[in-house]
Amino acid sequence: MPPLAKATHATPASPASSAFPAFPYTEHDLARFRATQQLAYDCAEQVAAWIEPGVTERQATAELRRRLVAAGVQDFFHVPFAWFGDRTAFRHFHTPLQFFAGNRRLEEGMPYVLDCAPIVDGYTADIGYGGKVGENRVWDRLAADLKVYRELILTEVRARRPLNEVYAAVDAQIAAHGYDNRHQVYPGRVIGHQVTRTTVRGPAGVNVFGFGVRTLQTLGRELISERLHGRSPLWADGRSSRHAPTPGLWAVEPHIGFRGVGIKFEELLVVTEDDAYWLDDDLPHVRRWTTGSATAPATASTAAEPTDTLEATR
Amino acid sequence: MTPPVRRRTVHSGGLPLAVFEQGDPAAPTVLLVHGYPDTHAVWDDIAADLARDHHVVRYDVRGAGESGVPADRAGYRLEQLAEDLFAVADAVSPDRPVHLLAHDWGSIQSWEAVTAPGAEHRIASYTTVSGPSLDHMGHWLRHRLRRPTPRHLRQLLHQGAHSWYITAFHLPFLAPAVWRLGLARAWPRVLRDLEHVTPRADHPQRSLRRDAVRGIELYRANFRPTLGSPRERPTEVPVQLITLTRDRYVGTYLSEGLERWVPNLTRRTLHAGHWSALLEKGATVAGMVREFTARIDKGGAQPAEGEGRLVVVTGGGSGIGRATALAFAEDGARVVVCDLDLAAAERTAELASLIGPQAHAYRVDVSDGAAMDAFAQTVAAEHGVPDVMVNNAGIGHSGTFLQTTEKEWQRVLDVNLWGVIHGCRAFGTLMADSGQGGHIVNVSSAAAYLPSKALTAYATSKAAVFMLSDCLRAEFVGHGIGVSTICPGIVNTNITRTSTFSATTAVEQSAKQARAAKLYARRGFPPEKVATAILTAVRTGKPVVPVTPEAKAARLLSRLSPGLLRLAARLNVT
Repeated sequence: MPPLAKATHATPASPASSAFPAFPYTEHDLARFRATQQLAYDCAEQVAAWIEPGVTERQATAELRRRLVAAGVQDFFHVPFAWFGDRTAFRHFHTPLQFFAGNRRLEEGMPYVLDCAPIVDGYTADIGYGGKVGENRVWDRLAADLKVYRELILTEVRARRPLNEVYAAVDAQIAAHGYDNRHQVYPGRVIGHQVTRTTVRGPAGVNVFGFGVRTLQTLGRELISERLHGRSPLWADGRSSRHAPTPGLWAVEPHIGFRGVGIKFEELLVVTEDDAYWLDDDLPHVRRWTTGSATAPATASTAAEPTDTLEATR
Repeated sequence: MTPPVRRRTVHSGGLPLAVFEQGDPAAPTVLLVHGYPDTHAVWDDIAADLARDHHVVRYDVRGAGESGVPADRAGYRLEQLAEDLFAVADAVSPDRPVHLLAHDWGSIQSWEAVTAPGAEHRIASYTTVSGPSLDHMGHWLRHRLRRPTPRHLRQLLHQGAHSWYITAFHLPFLAPAVWRLGLARAWPRVLRDLEHVTPRADHPQRSLRRDAVRGIELYRANFRPTLGSPRERPTEVPVQLITLTRDRYVGTYLSEGLERWVPNLTRRTLHAGHWSALLEKGATVAGMVREFTARIDKGGAQPAEGEGRLVVVTGGGSGIGRATALAFAEDGARVVVCDLDLAAAERTAELASLIGPQAHAYRVDVSDGAAMDAFAQTVAAEHGVPDVMVNNAGIGHSGTFLQTTEKEWQRVLDVNLWGVIHGCRAFGTLMADSGQGGHIVNVSSAAAYLPSKALTAYATSKAAVFMLSDCLRAEFVGHGIGVSTICPGIVNTNITRTSTFSATTAVEQSAKQARAAKLYARRGFPPEKVATAILTAVRTGKPVVPVTPEAKAARLLSRLSPGLLRLAARLNVT
């Protein structure tokens, strides 16, 4: 059952006394979420294999969208994003409009980030994929160091540290590494947000400011209901995140930058009442660390798999 | 012991030229060309130094010393002088191109040879000291006359004021008469008083009066024709330009835009005067030539601007120190960072190596004088004498005077003041001894001029650094070492996480640290902007640099209305 229903029935209570909701998903739900996430990462890898110098950000997002829709995606939590060059580190970003794909052309040696959030049957994934074309030593270093953040976040959440403290721990690690916190550029400075199964009705595929209308409906209700419990579905460093991790699914997106290079991953973190784990460890950035190669976007053969997985779960 | 000097005569253009050789003839040949009113003897120190690993060849140019004297003014034309140079080069090194080092008029005539078509086959490299190409200078003048911006006009006026003697040399009778009637006799005193050259027995040469009078023809034969209608003279030869900061005759900006003619140009700066460069800083010039010829002979590529610059940053493991190290690395400098936290310093070095040349990290406690001396010696031995020293390491401390214990005072002063003293002493000595000048950056604080009852120890230490820098600047100017004081203000670094607070328990202290950290984070002024300010200060030599707007405002207030700040100091701000 999605948490929305629970939230509407809950009585307002003081933050301290409010009990955490029970973990709302079944194994089947998790498998569907995992399949959607695999599908998203696979499409990103396909685009990464296809991408080459001369391609613009708009062309990349269009390609990503085309492949996602072809793979069975019905709606988007938010429109696909692509950032090239120093836009991966959000340099000179002053307005949220700058997040949208532009006419920046990919050049040799440039880093890039693809970010998409497909929805299949209400199961949402939200992923971030960092890559580069050609040689880029700074990117290699960042890509390798990203591992530290994935482990740190999991350890901290398992210890059930308040989310704003986890955020601060990530910040401290970023400072120790000598990088910049780039997720603070996202609206609300968020490092993550809750993901639920969208059940609302409304026109699919229509978006306002880049977020699907269904997303906005769901998110709006979440924001209000969680607020009543002194919690927030958005994970930032402020007062509203001063609570232990809420059971459910969290899309976590640490985004680090150094000079003109930025990189992120974004994937679903499963938080149960007493534990936490990453929904899936078979993801491109994790494979990059385990195989030790910091390059090589996925080949077409691996790209075929997610569709199979998706079919299997249907 | 000086190796024997072999003399031979080379004939060129119908005149005998006196040529002096020393060193191993199998080693790379360096040809030294003297200026006016000198002879080959002006190179004595440098020749002896270079002869250790070079085949050193000097000659008296026509009209000077033991060489023949042209019959008329046409015999002093640049074309003829360049021919002489090639004739000597062909005689002493027929098979291999030679490296060239020239000074003053020697440099002017060497430019003529270096910019001759095909010169790159005969000349391997050219190190020029105080003597531009007259053709390049002609274009330089034209460009400025055509675009008389205030800056260009200032340059023209300045160079004009320093070139009065050239005009004087064109007047009939006057200049020869002055040389004959006493200037030649007074020359050692002129060199001593104006050029800071210690008098010595064999210099100036005995033939000075004769050489000086004849040499006037160099000016008369060449200046007007060449400057009046300058030719296009580019060159493929790698050129090292040594700019002398105290040169009375050749302005430093005369070489502006030289890259147009010399694509392969290396710029060096030496803190010396026109003659003291050769007669007092011979070893340094020889060292620059040695480095340059070695790189050319190895086929080394031309370094980028800022490369070769060695920068030392204390407290480089985090905050402003790390940002500064990275900014210098990005600029192409070789960076050496030290920190109490070796892992953090190594991380900075790793990041710096990603965006610039290989960087190095050391664990040093700046408050330990002996350790700093040892560090300076290590840096000098392994990396060379630094061009820039950034004394950045510092700690924060908050507490009123009566709260602050003696131990806390000692810790704050040890790091914030003694750390800077040790850094300036250890590395300032290295810089002064090298004679190549340099720059010292001391990171002080807006607290240096912004009193507060809550920051007694910290503000005192930083005010001391401020005054130390002011005094040091006055002393080091004589060594060509600039000193900049940086007053950052509230910058988002981890100084708040390591700051201590007097009269607090551990729990209160960490709460205060967290509060301060939050305030600093909310202010959100990044250390990278301080690093940019530091690089600018080094480039422009700006003495005092408040960085954040509040630091600038406080500096203004401290001068306009110090009484107001004294009142504000009573506020409790912890």
